[in-house]
Amino acid sequence: MLRLEPRAEASRLMSYLSPVLATLLTLVAGIAVFSALGKDPVEGLRLFLVSPVKDLYGVSELLLKATPLMLCAIGLAVGFRANVWNIGAEGQFMLGTVGATGVALYFQESDSSLVLPAMVLAGAAAGAAWAAVPALLKTKFNANEILVSLMLVYVAQLFVSWLVFGPWKDPDGFNFPQTAMFADHALLPILIEGTRLHAGFLMALAALVAGYAFMNRSYTGFKMRVAGEAAEAARYAGFSANRMIWIGLLTGGAAAGIAGMSEVAGPMGQLTDKVSLGYGFAAIIVAFVGRLNPFGILLASLLMALLYIGGEQVQQYMNLPSSISLVFQGLLLFFLLGSDVFIHYRLRFGRVTA
Amino acid sequence: MDASLFTSMLFATVVAGTPLIIVSLGLLVNEKAGVLNLGAEGMMAMGAVAAFAVTHHSGNPWLGVLAGMGAGMAVSLIFGLLTLTLQANQVASGLALAIFGVGLSAFIGKPFESIALPAVPPIRIPFIADLPLIGEALYNQQALVYLSWAMFWAVVWFLYRSRAGLILRAVGESPASAHAIGHPVILIRYLAVLFGGAMAGIGGAFLSVFYTPMWVEGMVAGRGWIALALVVFATWRPLRVLVGAYLFGGVMITQLFIQGSGMQIDFPAQFLSSLPYWATIIVLVVISRNVNTIRLNSPMSLGKPFRAEG
Repeated sequence: MLRLEPRAEASRLMSYLSPVLATLLTLVAGIAVFSALGKDPVEGLRLFLVSPVKDLYGVSELLLKATPLMLCAIGLAVGFRANVWNIGAEGQFMLGTVGATGVALYFQESDSSLVLPAMVLAGAAAGAAWAAVPALLKTKFNANEILVSLMLVYVAQLFVSWLVFGPWKDPDGFNFPQTAMFADHALLPILIEGTRLHAGFLMALAALVAGYAFMNRSYTGFKMRVAGEAAEAARYAGFSANRMIWIGLLTGGAAAGIAGMSEVAGPMGQLTDKVSLGYGFAAIIVAFVGRLNPFGILLASLLMALLYIGGEQVQQYMNLPSSISLVFQGLLLFFLLGSDVFIHYRLRFGRVTA
Repeated sequence: MDASLFTSMLFATVVAGTPLIIVSLGLLVNEKAGVLNLGAEGMMAMGAVAAFAVTHHSGNPWLGVLAGMGAGMAVSLIFGLLTLTLQANQVASGLALAIFGVGLSAFIGKPFESIALPAVPPIRIPFIADLPLIGEALYNQQALVYLSWAMFWAVVWFLYRSRAGLILRAVGESPASAHAIGHPVILIRYLAVLFGGAMAGIGGAFLSVFYTPMWVEGMVAGRGWIALALVVFATWRPLRVLVGAYLFGGVMITQLFIQGSGMQIDFPAQFLSSLPYWATIIVLVVISRNVNTIRLNSPMSLGKPFRAEG
């Protein structure tokens, strides 16, 4: 008989192997899904894994998709480490697009080089402000931050929809729900000629470095980790739980807001009512698969970006809905959570012999 | 307000509250056993799409409801496997289920977009449906509305009048003690999770087969999360779940009636549509501000994993 036996100590090795195992299991599940749908699984996996990165342009598109995921996920990781469950990065992302778009439209005629930095600040501030609502309600009234931050996603969606159907609608846009295209000085510079990869990618890398410095090298980061791993110890040491909640949520909100800014000022060039492809939710998976660790998040965001692009590919070449990538993203998280059992337990054969 | 408007608003409120009642009752039992499943949104979405697909192919809405129930149970089993057998974190696993269910339903539902199902006629209860004002609103309703009332009584009876319900609550309050006196904690929790999944699936089926007989990606629109909030709002008591669900139904319906009435108010439709979400936040704040209310009423072991030693 198979049974689980607790380990004396959590296995560090397994905590790094678990995402790898989860990825392999997702691949196996992918083969099963394609076969069940009557499609050639080899062709399916090729479209998902190989063809998106077969040339420089493909790689640049992968990095482009990974950018908002990295930004959102590193912000979430700061909170998740302290058990602050910000699930509303999707809404904070949207507020970020609104903040940045507001600045871009207001300075449409200006050609100051300060417009872009102002957009970053406005995006970060708007995202942080949206995350401040659950932080305030959690610290003042003990309201569950999961549910509050999630409800605000729906509110944010409706808010964006009101803006692009109403006051911010492009007067020359044939009544489409979108703003005017941003002027050139409100667009992030392109990094590689001939691709869409923009300077937002550098911001994401910088955010990963900053996240590393904060979480692993600062005293506040240390306190947050203690709060997450041993809440009692943190309380005994006198670390303020409310401060962790504020830091966790504001960091997550600001990072998601910057991600939103980099989408409207990057590949979109305007605000529309379909500004997010669920990056805020996907970033939750990225944060977990990346083990709340900046380098892990870098790898996990590339993997998730691959799943996004692969979904578009199979839609185009296999006539399957692109939402198949959401299925694989969900499976990846399931497999990760399942594989994580081996961090604390080992498999044993035979009966209990104690 | 004239009488017919009152009747139609009451009618619509009951309809809008019904999926919330069904789903929240399932989550309530789920949480009474000490298991927090945040995946309600995903289970509802799966229930909705499965019910739609089966109703569309079979022409029988009741087969659809069964399919929705089965789909909800099937995905809740994944959650059970992760959290109960593999000891995974309940919050993370619930989130995973929410994301997975919404994604998979979008994938399955793609071919069904822009198809409408025939409306299912309501069932009129003789005599009392003729009551003035409320008769038409309460007793000329969809069968699932009556089912939601029956489920309410069944859950109340089960939790507070049956031996099995007592054991389930014991498992939620103190799994170690329940285990010590020989109750199969993990099995009971599995059953509770499956019940939560079944009810969420039926709630989803109500949306796609009875409420708005069509499938649209994202049509659950946060109702799974609102149902979770309702359980907190109700401080884990069935009667308050019922009242809360109708209050929410009322909020949803009022904004629809204002939007549909052509009343010349200078207030964007999107802001009205966001009212139910704000309402959820407000009730959470009101109910949570007193820490003791939550601490005294929530099942003691809620969200904590249990593993029988030895």
